[in-house]
Amino acid sequence: MSRFAALPSQTVGPFFHFALTTNSALGVMAGAGAKGERIRLNLRLLDGGGAPVADGIFELWQADANGVYRHPGDGRFSECDQSFHGFGRMQTDTNGVAVFETVRPGRVKDDRGGWQAPHINVTVFARGLCSHLFTRVYFEGDPSLESDCVLSAVPANRRATLIAHRDSEAGLWAHDIRLQGADETVFFDF
Amino acid sequence: MNRIYPRMQTGDQARLDYPPYKSTLLRAPKKPLIQLPHTLSELTGPVYGHNPIGETDSDLTRQCAGEPLGERIIVAGKVLDEDGRPIRNTLIEVWQANAAGRYRHERDVHPAPLDPNFIGAGRTITDEDGNYRIVTIKPGAYPWRNHTNAWRPAHIHFSLFGPAFVTRLVTQMYFPNDPLMARDPISQSIGDPAAVERLVSSFDLDLTEPEWALGYRFNFVLRGRDATPFEGRE
Repeated sequence: MSRFAALPSQTVGPFFHFALTTNSALGVMAGAGAKGERIRLNLRLLDGGGAPVADGIFELWQADANGVYRHPGDGRFSECDQSFHGFGRMQTDTNGVAVFETVRPGRVKDDRGGWQAPHINVTVFARGLCSHLFTRVYFEGDPSLESDCVLSAVPANRRATLIAHRDSEAGLWAHDIRLQGADETVFFDF
Repeated sequence: MNRIYPRMQTGDQARLDYPPYKSTLLRAPKKPLIQLPHTLSELTGPVYGHNPIGETDSDLTRQCAGEPLGERIIVAGKVLDEDGRPIRNTLIEVWQANAAGRYRHERDVHPAPLDPNFIGAGRTITDEDGNYRIVTIKPGAYPWRNHTNAWRPAHIHFSLFGPAFVTRLVTQMYFPNDPLMARDPISQSIGDPAAVERLVSSFDLDLTEPEWALGYRFNFVLRGRDATPFEGRE
């Protein structure tokens, strides 16, 4: 069979809102009945000058509280929490912020037979990004961070760029995604 | 490292750090990307948008009370993986400027008219053979402030999910023989001219509906699993 080459990405541009982010329900990734610890995640996107990126878009993808993805590719798919969606999509506001409501994900297997620390997969789109970026959000204080295979592959001095912090408000977590600078967030290629 | 989906060739991708596109200057990451293994986090992905598609979702010329102005076109083709296998039941989202080159968006300040009969956003789902088809208006070129006298070639934005988190694609489709392409830093951010060319649709008389609309063919190829031996690229 002949092999075709995958198409290149192009920037989402500044004018996507009327097509991609009209459904505000996509800010809620877990229904009211979903099992697990309910959290809100305050994600902020900043450019190389430290200014908020007000025309960005985040897409989030995560496992349920038991570490099951709502996708047939997960061997435990049939056990997935029926009240859990797992997908989120929101535009950033004038402060570069989007707030997602979800549950804290469970642990998911890695590619070596071990278990990853709880994390949320994040895709970032914006004007000026010729291709979307992939990153992850982990949770401060989680004891499994030490043994996570993906974090282990990140230079120690950059791991903090992947870890969300608890806010003073109960259930609220905050995380900055910095596109450039000394604290540039780790982005992944896969 | 466990990679179920082989990496794309470097020249096939748009370069993040591409200074001719000015918006990259403060936004493109400067540090190298870090390689990620393919775990369930990357191999699964959202099955999003399978709510019933409305009758007019894929026909952008029938979403308002009247007919939009401009050249009516049909854009159709397949969504495939890199081995040419169809990707079924996958969502395609689409958005574009109107025939005058103006988006229905509050931040678009181009002094060209809005069309009260054209929104410019739609969606569709591929069928069992990976086919899709939309009806729309050919979008106009429009100026932007990247550099002096900068114009974007006419294009339609597309967003596709495919079967996994790693197959996500947001891109732009262009039209044949557009003299603005060579001067467009966004399309030229792709390193390999052959890869740029893959974003150009082809005029196809077979897709044309006589006395109604011209047809353009465009296939989407998403990253595929490493299931068959590599036999050279087409």
